[in-house]
Amino acid sequence: MENKYNPGDKVRILQRNQPGHVRTPIYVRGKTGVIERVVGSFPNPELLAYGNPGLPYKMLYRVNFRQSELWPDYGGPSSDTLEIEIYEHWMAPA
Amino acid sequence: MSNHHDHDHGPTHTHDGKPIQEDELPSIEAQILETSVRELLIEKGVVSGEDIRRAIEAMDSRGESLGAKIVVRAWMDPEFKERLLNSSDDAIREFGINMSPMELCVVENTDEVHNMVVCTLCSCYPRPILGIPPAWYKRRDYRARAVREPRAVLQEFGTKLPDGKQVRVHDSNADLRYLVLPKRPAGTEDWTADQLEALVTRDSMIGVSDVRRPEEAAA
Repeated sequence: MENKYNPGDKVRILQRNQPGHVRTPIYVRGKTGVIERVVGSFPNPELLAYGNPGLPYKMLYRVNFRQSELWPDYGGPSSDTLEIEIYEHWMAPA
Repeated sequence: MSNHHDHDHGPTHTHDGKPIQEDELPSIEAQILETSVRELLIEKGVVSGEDIRRAIEAMDSRGESLGAKIVVRAWMDPEFKERLLNSSDDAIREFGINMSPMELCVVENTDEVHNMVVCTLCSCYPRPILGIPPAWYKRRDYRARAVREPRAVLQEFGTKLPDGKQVRVHDSNADLRYLVLPKRPAGTEDWTADQLEALVTRDSMIGVSDVRRPEEAAA
C-alpha cells in the first residue's frame, strides 16, 4: 500500500462531520502540522468499532503540531509541540 | 467478581484554586453488560473462569521493572539504544515482549526535548511493558489537560522544566503505544545495571517526571 504523504510534508487535518467512532480528536481538526513519520497501514478503526473487519486498510501517520497552532492561548513557549497519530483520509496537503 | 483493577498508587494531585474533577464511575449498564458477557462466555465454554483469572494475574504481575530494564539496557548499550529507537518492536522481543497488533514507539528525552504521553481517547498504555496504568492516567482531567497545558500538569507532578526545553506531548490515539526513554543522569557512568534500574520510575517512562536523582537513591 502506497503512502500519499512523506515525513516533512505539511498537512491540514480535515473538518469531517463524521458520526460514530473516529480517532481524530476535535482539537486537531482544521489545524496544520508536519508529517513526522509514516507508521504503516492498519485496519480502519472506524469500522472495527462496529464489529466490521475494517477493510480496506488505512495508512497511518504521526503528525507534529506546534502547540501555539492548536491552542490560541497556549501558555508555554512557541517551541512546544504535540505529536499524534492521524489516518490518511483525515488529511489534505497544506 | 469485579474486573475493574484501579490501582491508585499516587497521591491526589491538586493545584491551588482549581478543583479536581472526579471522573464518573463506570455506568451501571456497563458493569451489568460486562458481567453478563463474561458469564455467557464462560457458560458457553468460550473461555473458562480459570482463563480469566490467569489473564488478570498476568496483567497484575507486570510492573515497571521490565520497562526499567529496557531503559537501562539502552543507557548502557548504544547499539541496543539505536535499535530501541528505530526498530522498537524488534528490540523489545529480546525481552520476550510482543506488542502485536500494536506497535511500540520509543521517544527519547534529550537536553532539548522532554516527552510526555497521554491517551486523550481512553487509556492506551504500553501494558505489555509497564503493566496496568495508574488511575490518574485514565482520568479525564489528565487526559484533557496533558495536551492543553502540559507544563501546568508537569508542575503538579513536581516537574519543572526550563522554558528553553521543548515539551513534546504524544497523544496515543491509534495503533502505537509509547515509552519515554528518560535521560541518563550525570555522574552514573560507573554504576551497575541494578543501581541504574533503581533510578527508573514508572512516571519517568510515562513522562510526567524525570528519573530519580542519583543522590536520592541508595547507592
